Amino acid sequence: MPPTARRAAILGGNRIPFARQNGPYANASNQDMLTAALDGLVARFALQGERAGEVVAGAVLKHARDFNLTREAVLGSQLDPGTPAYDLQQACGTGLETTIAVANKIALGQVEWGISGGVDTTSDAPIAINDDLRRVLLEFNAAKTPQQRARIVGKLRPKHLIPEIPRNAEPRTGLSMGGHAAVTAEQWEISREAQDRLAMESHHNLAAAYDRGFFDDLLTPYLGLDRDQNLRPDTDVDKLAKLPVVFGDKESGTMTPGNSTPLSDGAATVLLGSEEWANARSLPVLAYLVDAEVAAVDYVHGEEGLLMAPAYAIPRLLERNGLSLDEFDFYEFHEAFASTVLATFAAWEDPGFCKERLGLDGPLGSVPRDRLNVAGSSLATGHPFAATGGRIVATVAKLLAEKGSGRALISICAAGGQGVVAILER
Amino acid sequence: MADRYQTLMNTGVGRQVAGTVGLPVPERLRRHTPGDPVAHGPVLLGEAPGGHLAKHVQQALEAAGVEVHTTPAGGDARYAALIFDASGVADSTQLRQLQQFFTPAIRSLLPSARLLVLGTPPDHGDARRRTAQRALEGFTRSAGKEMRRGATANLIYVADGAESGMDSTLRFFVSGRSAYVSGQVVTLRPDADAALPDDWDRPLAGKVAVVTGAAQGIGAAIARTLARDGAHVVCLDIPAQGEPLQRVANGIGGETLQLDITADDAPARIAEHLTSRHGGVDVVVHNAGVTRDKTLAGMDEQRWDMAIDINLSAEERINDAVIPILNEHGRIVCVSSLSGIAGNRGQTNYAASKSGVIGMVQALAPELAQRNATINAAAPGFIETAMTAKMPFGVREAGRRMNSLNQGGQPVDVAETIAWMASPASAAVNGQVVRVCGQSLLGA
Repeated sequence: MPPTARRAAILGGNRIPFARQNGPYANASNQDMLTAALDGLVARFALQGERAGEVVAGAVLKHARDFNLTREAVLGSQLDPGTPAYDLQQACGTGLETTIAVANKIALGQVEWGISGGVDTTSDAPIAINDDLRRVLLEFNAAKTPQQRARIVGKLRPKHLIPEIPRNAEPRTGLSMGGHAAVTAEQWEISREAQDRLAMESHHNLAAAYDRGFFDDLLTPYLGLDRDQNLRPDTDVDKLAKLPVVFGDKESGTMTPGNSTPLSDGAATVLLGSEEWANARSLPVLAYLVDAEVAAVDYVHGEEGLLMAPAYAIPRLLERNGLSLDEFDFYEFHEAFASTVLATFAAWEDPGFCKERLGLDGPLGSVPRDRLNVAGSSLATGHPFAATGGRIVATVAKLLAEKGSGRALISICAAGGQGVVAILER
Repeated sequence: MADRYQTLMNTGVGRQVAGTVGLPVPERLRRHTPGDPVAHGPVLLGEAPGGHLAKHVQQALEAAGVEVHTTPAGGDARYAALIFDASGVADSTQLRQLQQFFTPAIRSLLPSARLLVLGTPPDHGDARRRTAQRALEGFTRSAGKEMRRGATANLIYVADGAESGMDSTLRFFVSGRSAYVSGQVVTLRPDADAALPDDWDRPLAGKVAVVTGAAQGIGAAIARTLARDGAHVVCLDIPAQGEPLQRVANGIGGETLQLDITADDAPARIAEHLTSRHGGVDVVVHNAGVTRDKTLAGMDEQRWDMAIDINLSAEERINDAVIPILNEHGRIVCVSSLSGIAGNRGQTNYAASKSGVIGMVQALAPELAQRNATINAAAPGFIETAMTAKMPFGVREAGRRMNSLNQGGQPVDVAETIAWMASPASAAVNGQVVRVCGQSLLGA
């Protein structure tokens, strides 16, 4: 049974264009970018001085000082300072999970409207002192006598100066995300050509969407950037085929900088409200968030690929809603890596996987490729981790609004072997 | 705000040097801030025998809190404005009434004073009356060139039946809102259904306005001024201008609408936005514009098309989409240009578009009048913006000084003129083109 509370409406979104690491946003902090995205949303919907029920957002790479990142961004924005806010973090699932969180409170009648979102910077990344130095300093702080302190200072060694830099690797396996994805790609025999083709389509679809003004009301330029910096409108399979393998075996590997998302900076927000609130403010509803599901897989012991959790989440979501895989007008699959999307599709077409892992009688089915990421996705836009969910939700909600009616499936894989998925309808 | 020369000449030393050498001293113009009185001193009102406007003027000004004298107080009295009702002048021999009223009073003015002449439209009445009324124009324009210390002179023709529709126009021309408007002639049409505001500081309260090109310069000033006057402003600009546009909208509690007005679907998207969000629109300001200068011999198709499409054709297409959703007392205000009146070297494309705007205003005025709406245009002269700051020194200085006020205007001067035209009280103002140029020598 899908949830039966009142429907939470998606009313619009705003993001700043996504930049590549150390690009135009190199000196912008998470708080700067999230505030900019919020202010653009406020301006689009004339929400200056209004008190939102809540703002929920998050970042994956976060400085210790940003413990109240979202609240600080709200205080720096044009919203009423009486707007409560909290941070939520579920790796790359953050942006969608914050949307689910706000939608659920709206559905339960706890808030009338709210804003979800996410932000990430890989340029202004938190660099911390290493654990050894941290222990020494904590000891120093706890010391009571000058003699004790002198002894502790004497323990300092050059190695203590080596900083702790955040790594794009799983703590339990030490393998990078791309490394994990390469294992999965090999296991499902996802070809380089298929990955490159998906990447090319992502760029072409995004460029076409920009050209027809699709993003006019989804995006506000920031620091001089008015389109996603990673977008290559004229890329093709030949150009992509020339790129070197960066994950997996250098010879037999298939994953390149072209079919993997680059490290990026950016922020995205989504405006949600009850139908009553939307009507009272004369804000057209783009779509409704119908239901959502989160799955996690045991990638640590090698039972499943790190990024394969959506393959489990979606069948559960479909079953609860009495839907089959082909009953959607739009499929928005986050392209962490082209191979991740294709491996998920391959799994659903595989009777063995569907029987053994999903407990189904036959294959789950195929995703019609002409309805996949029709306005481009992460391979073209870039992927500031926590910002991706907000980008996808606003994009697909607008696609549904343009079409007039329909249903969309959102899928986002996340570090830690998790997958956040949702259904939007209009 | 003031340019360097103006700042320098307004210092003690500067004034002394200017006085000795005979340099012009550009006055710091009186500009309106909310709460300011309409007039910064008493107003002297006179009339030619047989006139019928003076009593309406007196009523309107007294309602605006202005102290009106009908005989000169004498002594040291200084006036904020001299207003003469010349509607009784039916023959050229009676024009001497002007001289008899103004000559003794003209030296008794406060800084940024106003000289206003009121008459009847020169296309009404018999030949003698029309001749005499037409003569008011030459008188007023010459007086404007003689005015000192930031004072201006303007002429208002009031058609029979328009006497009760003068309020917003009188308030505009007497107050600091018309700081940079001089040497202009405005005709008020009869039987217009003006809606006088409850609060003259917020005449646009409850109204929805859309301003194109609102991200910066004159457009941003228009958005801010309309918001100051109470309007909810939809700030429209191309998506690439979204960053400054967002700051303008957030500064005034307005909203952003990012789109390219020349796109095929732009008129429909604008109309859809205004209808779904606001159920219609009260004020449409066509401000977005570009220059693509090149002398005719070197003009290419792209420059030509771009200037015409953005500055004129897009406005025509948008009008087609928004006129049907204009609310009662709807207002369309366009931004023309002095180039559109006088022409300018290297601007055949731009001047054509801006003079086309004047044609559009005049052509659509009767249609809009039938809908109880209006369409007008402001035609800016030299306005201090980021664009004019980039001009070569010589051209810039010439532009700044070649006018009766010896200075460039500010974006807010254009915005104030547009706000006056946009007011629901300005129903009598229709099909008018008012220059905001400090009475520039160009095209006068």
